[in-house]
Amino acid sequence: MSYALEIKDLEKTYKGGVKALRGIDLEVEEGDFYALLGPNGAGKSTTIGIVTSLVNKTSGSVKVFGYDIDSDLTRAKQQIGLVPQEFNFNSFETVQQIVVNQAGYYGVPRKEALIRSEKYLKQSDLWEKRHVRARMLSGGMKRRLMIARALMHEPRLLILDEPTAGVDIELRREMWEFLRELNASGTTIILTTHYLEEAEMLCRNIGIIRAGELIEDTSMKSLLSKLMFETFIFDLDTYENKPEITGYSSELVDETTLHVEVERNQGVNDVFKQLSEQGIKVLSMRNKSNRLEELFLKITEENKQEEDNNV
Amino acid sequence: MFKLYYTALKSLAVKETNRYLRIWVQTLVPPVITTSLYFVIFGNLIGGRIGEMEGFSYMEFIVPGLIMMSVITSSYSNVSSSFFSQKFQKNIEELLIAPVPTHVIMWGFVIGGLGRSILVGALVTLISLFFVPLQAFSWVMIIMTLLMTSILFSLAGLLNGIFAQSFDDVSIVPTFVLQPLTYLGGVFYSISMLPPFWRAVSRVNPIVYMISGFRYGFLGVIDVPVLWTLIILTFFIAVLYTINWYLIETGRGLRS
Ligand SMILES: Nc1ncnc2c1ncn2[C@@H]1O[C@H](COP(=O)(O)OP(=O)(O)OP(=O)(O)O)[C@@H](O)[C@H]1O
Ligand SMILES: [Mg+2]
Repeated sequence: MSYALEIKDLEKTYKGGVKALRGIDLEVEEGDFYALLGPNGAGKSTTIGIVTSLVNKTSGSVKVFGYDIDSDLTRAKQQIGLVPQEFNFNSFETVQQIVVNQAGYYGVPRKEALIRSEKYLKQSDLWEKRHVRARMLSGGMKRRLMIARALMHEPRLLILDEPTAGVDIELRREMWEFLRELNASGTTIILTTHYLEEAEMLCRNIGIIRAGELIEDTSMKSLLSKLMFETFIFDLDTYENKPEITGYSSELVDETTLHVEVERNQGVNDVFKQLSEQGIKVLSMRNKSNRLEELFLKITEENKQEEDNNV
Repeated sequence: MFKLYYTALKSLAVKETNRYLRIWVQTLVPPVITTSLYFVIFGNLIGGRIGEMEGFSYMEFIVPGLIMMSVITSSYSNVSSSFFSQKFQKNIEELLIAPVPTHVIMWGFVIGGLGRSILVGALVTLISLFFVPLQAFSWVMIIMTLLMTSILFSLAGLLNGIFAQSFDDVSIVPTFVLQPLTYLGGVFYSISMLPPFWRAVSRVNPIVYMISGFRYGFLGVIDVPVLWTLIILTFFIAVLYTINWYLIETGRGLRS
């Protein structure tokens, strides 16, 4: 199998001493849709920065479609399209100028770039705005502009650093659809996100970075199976006797809010049954949406156990 | 590869050119107004009382220096502010991630500086025609000094842009270094008029050589030998080019 991205023992210590990466090993297969997940400051953008040569690495190696960034940088760069986390276009230039010039930096002649700009700006719903200066765009439009810009040279590997931050739900779905199609047509995609849901929706494989280390690198499926339980929140009506739930681990967070951990396949019927028997009315129920947090806790715990076993 | 670099250079040149044309009120108008004022005040009002300089009217004598002055400021500030603001906006990342070699990046910016300063130089020349007729002793020398000076100060501006951390840093050098050196570089007088000591001091000022060479192109009179003009220009271009190349290649202030 050939790899779109191959990272070996990558370390980065910033000036001032921040150790952002502590030996990352990562492989992304050609054609994959890979999610890089992790909390703030974990080292996601640093990793991407090194791959795209915006950040100098301290040690380790990076290969893009087999081209080493140390010995074959130009070729490596040609394979990549980058959608950075922060807006970095010249906000005084027009939408079309931005994408056409960027294509030029990759050797796409102007005539061809103009044709492509129509395709990608239409796809991003920005064609009507092509003569508008970038700073006049809304946040979501700016993000789509950066995606269009990254696609102009038709890269084999598209890297998106939190592409859906600040994008409304409808557009987010459109973007997901678009990325899925792009992946289906053969482009390898790597994206970072804070939302497990997003990764779940899109990606086949997933890596989790925490404090500069890759603590998990696996398929989406097997990761989700690790998430054995889910926490549900019950809003209760006022009651006389405190609710008692057996068979589940539960916690009364305040008078009328009950958290219940439900294991996979366990079902919630029994919780309702027990509450009804105790004469307690459930006003509403929702699941606690910080599954990512749970996942981190779970994986960190596992890592700890492994370490303990090794001692 | 060559085709890629050529296309990339063209794109960068277009971007840089669009920039100074877009903000023409800031980039093209001020030097035209300033030099027009010089023409009126020094050339017309005061110049008449100064009499001849090396066989030319005072106005004729200062025109080349004034053109050169606007060329120097335009090329320097175009590149320094364009590069710095791209750095500031992180816009420079567009270039850093692309398969564009450092040489191409540098020439892209230099072309921007060249374009703007030639345009400004042409406008100033045009205005000078209202006051004195155009005369050219050696077109070769005019064009060579013009191009080389403009390249030199574009590179100097680039260096400033690389080191600059704030917008202040971009305006410090023009105000405190460039302007004094230009004024003392023989725009308004011939350094052969100076007492021996100050004449010697003036010779360390590289701008003296450029103005002298440029004026030679127009009028055929010199302050310093023409060969020296070319040697000094070449030397500074080579040095600045190398330093800039090294700094960008290693990513000073650009890559963390
Ligand atoms: N230019 C820099 N200089 C010094 N330290 C930096 C620099 N950039 C990032 N860091 C530090 O490196 C660590 C990793 O940062 P990085 O931006 O890679 O995190 P991230 O995973 O992308 O976080 P987020 O989800 O918030 O974007 C952080 O501790 C950060 O403070
Ligand atoms: Mg980040």
